[in-house]
Amino acid sequence: MSTLTDHLETLSNARGISGAETGVRRALRPLLEGHVDKLWVDGVGNLFAHKAGTGASPLRVLITAHMDEVGLMVVGHTGEGALRVDTVGSIAARVLPGLSVLVGEDALPGVIGVQAIHRANRGDLDKAPGTDKLAVDIGATGKDEAERLAPLGTPVVFATRFRQLGASCMGKAFDDRAGCTALVALLRGERFPFDLFGVFTVQEEVGLRGAQVAAYTVVPDVGIALEGTLADDLPKEEPDVSPTTELGKGPAITVMDRSYITPPRLLSHFVQVAEAEGLAYQFKQPGIGGTDSGGIHRARAGVPAITVAVPCRYIHSPVSMLRESDLAGLVSLVDVAARRLAPSILDRSA
Amino acid sequence: MDFELLDKLTQTFGPSGYEDGIRALIEETIVGLADEVRVDPLGSLVALRRGATGHEKLLLAAHMDEIGLMVTHVEEKGFLRFTSIGGVRAMNCVGGRASFANGATGSIYVEYREDASRVPDLNHLYIDVGATSRDDCPVRVGDTGTFVGPLVRQGTRLISKAMDDRIGCYLLIEVLRRLEQPAYDVYAVFTTQEEITLSGARTSAFRIDPDIAISLDVTATGDLPKSLPMAVGLGQGPAVKVKDAGMIAHPRVRDMLIDAAERAGVPYQLEILRGGSTDAAAMQLVRAGVPSGCLSIPCRYVHSTAEMVDISDVEQSIEVLLQLLQ
Repeated sequence: MSTLTDHLETLSNARGISGAETGVRRALRPLLEGHVDKLWVDGVGNLFAHKAGTGASPLRVLITAHMDEVGLMVVGHTGEGALRVDTVGSIAARVLPGLSVLVGEDALPGVIGVQAIHRANRGDLDKAPGTDKLAVDIGATGKDEAERLAPLGTPVVFATRFRQLGASCMGKAFDDRAGCTALVALLRGERFPFDLFGVFTVQEEVGLRGAQVAAYTVVPDVGIALEGTLADDLPKEEPDVSPTTELGKGPAITVMDRSYITPPRLLSHFVQVAEAEGLAYQFKQPGIGGTDSGGIHRARAGVPAITVAVPCRYIHSPVSMLRESDLAGLVSLVDVAARRLAPSILDRSA
Repeated sequence: MDFELLDKLTQTFGPSGYEDGIRALIEETIVGLADEVRVDPLGSLVALRRGATGHEKLLLAAHMDEIGLMVTHVEEKGFLRFTSIGGVRAMNCVGGRASFANGATGSIYVEYREDASRVPDLNHLYIDVGATSRDDCPVRVGDTGTFVGPLVRQGTRLISKAMDDRIGCYLLIEVLRRLEQPAYDVYAVFTTQEEITLSGARTSAFRIDPDIAISLDVTATGDLPKSLPMAVGLGQGPAVKVKDAGMIAHPRVRDMLIDAAERAGVPYQLEILRGGSTDAAAMQLVRAGVPSGCLSIPCRYVHSTAEMVDISDVEQSIEVLLQLLQ
């Protein structure tokens, strides 16, 4: 396994839902120490890594990747000792029944149990029950034990372990541990001509919150958000429909999503660099989803921003899948495109 | 009325995020009318006219961006699928035309539906630019387009696409042309991205840190067949915003506008808009907060290609603003 997939494994297996990202911060620190000049955590939990530049460029560059994954949170306990949960971030109800989960700091194993098919009503087999009808069974024998083991607010994550399958990787939370892996790679590489602030942000999944704060702090000239984005590229009933992104076709550049629009000149810059270097790239289907660039671009007096992502199948579900070459491609594209940034590309009056 | 300028303003391409062309037009029109002109990081155009006496900063914002569309997929047979830039209603698109940045024009239509009685979703619409395959299609994923709707004058009414908010830009330009000695440092800001995130106004206001912020934008009317009740009508004068879906106007700013209208001797209307907001909603929450309000041009059929305003409302709005600034 390469360093990249090694790091992806560590970060994918780390646990951290929105607002409870400690596990991911803990996994990130040792990967960064010694490679960056300063590491610190701010008031909302963003992990900042400063890598001073060579001095050749006057720019201040912010690159982000979000640490939080979507998951569940304990919101109540049943008399029988099961946990009532609600979603943190957006998860479709239909992926929950039958799910294996890990509960809390100590990763207690649990399951969102499903009634045996022998007893189910025919009519119910097609429906996805709402989260209020589901419960996590951790094997507790009563309410007291359940409350002790998993009090209100305890985070719950998918129990997926990372696996590599040839050219592909399978694991949870590639949105956005893939982005985090790419950012780690950039921070561990050669110094850039500019001052780089690599920020591992919090609470992207619940409102792009950490990124807004990070951009306010750094006051960058440009922001680049690294993501794991959706790929819906398997055969469908309607074949002539956008796949949003496709595995194996390189990093996906955002032209516009629901949270921001990439400035045209910054967009062309990334495209031109990719073409000049013969790097594979694709455009993500415009108008889908929101990313940290949505929080970054509106900070203070405004920041030109762009999101570039690794295509991942099945995001926001227990197991996602990506191609290693797309992840490596993201690192290469952002590395070269960032190094070639100049004030003239960012200046709107030129 | 400078009909020629309004024609250029409404017809120049500039959906949210892609305002370079409309900004260039406005920049060239206001040459010599400001003490300082700059472009902000998100592309908003800021023109400062310094006050003779007062140093209170008054920001007037009109947004340059119009609603539009972006291509999301090119089908094998060359038909385009698209997503909205800003509040685009499917109902207002079907049977209309799209105009792309590269010059291509297309017919917008809807898939055949068994049940044609319900309003379709935007993803059931498509654009036909006359291509026969993906390979010979002149338009690609990520390309932006606007809707076709030429400017027409009919009696006292003006009809065009993008009155929202090129009519606001027109007001602001006319104010700069006729303004003599303002009592404030007047920041005339032509903002970007209002239709999607209000980010142009938010970030420009952050930098300027004004004492008062006023947006100039269109508002709906209540004078149509079976329309929702609203106390605003076309040809009854400029509207002073009391409240909309994104903000409650600061009473002092609202009263300043009413006062200015009374001093100018023009009729005015009080406006409460139930759906929709303006740049002022973002500007009011910048930094430690900014007292904000809005002067609105009554406009029928907002976000269609046949938006309609009244010439007298436009002229009277300019007079209110000139009174306000002295």
